[in-house]
Amino acid sequence: MSATPDDVLPGDAKTAAQTSTKAAEAEAEYGHLVRSEYEHGFVTEIESDTLPPGLDESVIATISQRKGEPQWMLDWRLAAYHKWLEMPTPKWAAVHYPPIDYQSISYFSAPKKKELKSLDEVDPVLLETYEKLGIPIEEQKALAGVAVDAVFDSVSVATTFREKLSEAGVIFCSISEAVQEYPELVQKYLGSVVPPTDNFYTGLNSAVFTDGTFVYVPKNTRCPMELSTYFRINEAKTGQFERTLIVADEGSYVSYLEGCTAPQRDENQLHAAVVELIALDNAEIKYSTVQNWYPGDEEGRGGIYNFVTKRGDCRGDNSKISWTQVETGSAITWKYPSCILRGDNSVGEFYSVAVTKGKQQADTGTKMIHLGKNTRSTIVSKGISAQHGIQSYRGLVRIAGKAEGARNHTQCDSLLIGDKCAANTFPYIEVKNPTAKMEHEATTSKISDDQLFYCRSRGLSEEDAVSMIVNGFCKEVFNELPMEFAVEAQKLLSISLEGAVG
Amino acid sequence: MLSVKGLKATVDDKEILRGLDLEVGAGEVHAIMGPNGSGKSTLAHVLSGREGYEVTGGSVTFEGRELLELDPEERACLGLFLAFQYPVELPGVNNTYFLKAALNAKRKYHGEEELDAVSFMRLMKEKLKVLHLDDSLLKRPVNVGFSGGEKKRNEIFQMALLEPKLAILDETDSGLDIDALRVVANGVNSLRSPERSMLVVTHYQRLLDYIEPDYVHVLAKGRIIRSGGKELALELEEKGYGWIVDEAAA
Repeated sequence: MSATPDDVLPGDAKTAAQTSTKAAEAEAEYGHLVRSEYEHGFVTEIESDTLPPGLDESVIATISQRKGEPQWMLDWRLAAYHKWLEMPTPKWAAVHYPPIDYQSISYFSAPKKKELKSLDEVDPVLLETYEKLGIPIEEQKALAGVAVDAVFDSVSVATTFREKLSEAGVIFCSISEAVQEYPELVQKYLGSVVPPTDNFYTGLNSAVFTDGTFVYVPKNTRCPMELSTYFRINEAKTGQFERTLIVADEGSYVSYLEGCTAPQRDENQLHAAVVELIALDNAEIKYSTVQNWYPGDEEGRGGIYNFVTKRGDCRGDNSKISWTQVETGSAITWKYPSCILRGDNSVGEFYSVAVTKGKQQADTGTKMIHLGKNTRSTIVSKGISAQHGIQSYRGLVRIAGKAEGARNHTQCDSLLIGDKCAANTFPYIEVKNPTAKMEHEATTSKISDDQLFYCRSRGLSEEDAVSMIVNGFCKEVFNELPMEFAVEAQKLLSISLEGAVG
Repeated sequence: MLSVKGLKATVDDKEILRGLDLEVGAGEVHAIMGPNGSGKSTLAHVLSGREGYEVTGGSVTFEGRELLELDPEERACLGLFLAFQYPVELPGVNNTYFLKAALNAKRKYHGEEELDAVSFMRLMKEKLKVLHLDDSLLKRPVNVGFSGGEKKRNEIFQMALLEPKLAILDETDSGLDIDALRVVANGVNSLRSPERSMLVVTHYQRLLDYIEPDYVHVLAKGRIIRSGGKELALELEEKGYGWIVDEAAA
C-alpha cells in the first residue's frame, strides 16, 4: 500500500555520503546573540476535559465516542492501534532522547465549551491567548483575508470565512466534522497517502488522532483565500495527534498555511501529526509551515518532540505539490515532507529553513519519489546551527524504472554559528532510469569575520549584522512563502538568533 | 578632526605600526603612500576598528572622542567610513536593503527619524545622479557577482549615502582599469567638501592624478617618514621609495 515506507531512509552513515562539519570559532563570540527568551512562553488557564493518561482499546473507543464517530472510523482506529503495538520505534535518525512512556500520555484534551456558533461564545481567556500570539481573529478576517481554523489543543474552537468558502464549494473544517459530514471523501482519501502502517508514529496517530483539518477543493476551483490553521499545545502531558487531509480535485489550486507556537512547560510534549495532501490532474497544492514550538530551556528540558509525517501525492498528471517550511522550534524535530510524483509531468518542491540552537536537534529533509514520466522535483534546504544545535539534512530522491525523463535539483546549504554546533548531510539517491537528470549541490559555511566587520563598519550592530546575513542565507526559501508569512518568518528568525540579548 | 599620536599596533605579536603620528584637519585630503608591508592597510583597519589588531601604544582622537575605545559600528555612526580594498560579498542581502539599514542605523544613533522606503529611494536616486551611476547595482545582493570596478563603485556609492566626516579609501585603485579608476575618482571628487576629510591609502601615484591630495605622507616600517605636498607623490613616482627609506634610516 505504501509507496514510500520510512525505512528507505536508514541512518546508516556507512552508506550515506556524510559530511559532518564543526566550526572553528569560539562559541563565546556569538553565544550571547543566539540566547533569547522564548517569546510565546506563557500558559493559558482554562479548564480542560482531559482523559487520564494511558492508551488501550477503551481509550480509543472513548475518543471515538466523544467525537461521535461512525463505526468505520472506530474500526480504522483500532486496526491502526493493533498494528502499532507490533511496530518498533524508528532509531535511524540522528537525534537522541530518552525512551517515551506512551502510557503516561493523556490522549484527549478539549476545552470544555464546545459547538460554538460564533466568536462571542469563545472563552475570553482563549481569545486573549490568541491576541498574545498576535492572532487577532476578528481583525484578521477582514484585513488579511485569511480564514483561520484555530486549533486550541485538540478541538477546533473557531472557524471563520466558512460562507465565502462554501460559495466556492471549498470544504474547510475540522477533520472530526469531516468524518461526520463528508464520510465518503474522508473514507476515500484518509490514509491513502500515509497509511497507518507507514511508521510507528503514523500508527499511533491513526489510532488516537483527535483533531486536525480537512480541506477539499472541488474541480477547476481556485480557493478564494489562503487557508490557515494555528496550532497551539497547551495542556501539560497532552500529546497532540493532529491529522490533516487536503484534497485538490482536478484543475484546482489551494494554498495552506500552518503556523505553530506553544507555551513554556516543564515536561516533554510529544507531537506526532500526520499530513496528507492529494493533488489530482492539473491541481496544485502549496503548503507552508512556520513552526515555533517551545524548544526547551538552555539544557533542552521541556521542549516539544515533533515527530511528524507529511506527504503529498501528485496523483494526477501535471499536478504540483510544494512544501515550504521554516522550523525554528521544538527540542527534537523528525520531519520529512515528501512528494510522490505519480502523475506524468507532475512537480514536487521542498523549500526549508531549519534553525537549531541551545540543545535542539533536528533531522529533517524530504523524499521525492519519481514514478511518472517527465516528473520534476526541486529541493532547497537551508540549515542554521548555533550553540549546541545538531542538525541533519536527510533526503531521498528516487527515480523509478518507468519515470522517463525525470529531473531533480537538490541544493542543501548549512550555516554554522559558533564551534559547538554540528551539521550533517545525508543525501540518498536511487536512480533506476538512465534518462534521469540529477543535480546535487551542498555547501557548509560560517558567518565570516569579514562579513561581520563589513556590516559593522557601515554602522550596523553585530546583532543586526548576524540577522541580516542569516536572512540573506535563507532568502531563496523565504521567497517561496506567502507575503505575510515571509515577514513573520524573517521576524521569527531574527528573534530566534538574536532579538532580546541577555 | 583626526589626531593620531604615537600609534603602535601588532598583528600576531608582530609590530606593524611603530609610533605613527598624523593630523588630519576638516576638509583636507591626505594621501598615505608607501611600499608593500609598510603598514598602510593596518592603519586603515586599526582606525576603523577591525578585530585582529592589538594596539600597544599611542592614541587616536576623532572629533574629540577616543576612537580606539569605540566599536566599529559606533565609529561608523560618528562619521568614519572605510572604503574596502576587497569589498565583502553578502549573499542574499539586497544592496538597497543593506544601504537603507546602514543609513537608518546611523540616523537612529543621532536621534534622527528613520527614513521610510519612499524617502530613501528618493535620496538614492539623488546620489546616483551626483555620481553619474546607474541603478543596476541596487537590486543585486551586496557585492555578489560584482566586477572589481562595480565593487569599488558600490563602495563610493555607500560613502555618498552615508556622508561620512572622514573617509578612508584603502587602496581603492587596486584592481581597477583606467576607465573604472576615472569613474571612481570622479565619484570621490564630487564628494569632496570643506566638512569632509579623506585619507587616501594607495600604492601608486596614478590615483593621485585624479584625486588631488592636499598632503602626501610616506609610510615605511610603521612610521611616517616624510610628509609633503602633492609634488612629493610625483617625486616618488619618479624615484621610487628606496631613497626616502634610506634617508630615513641614515
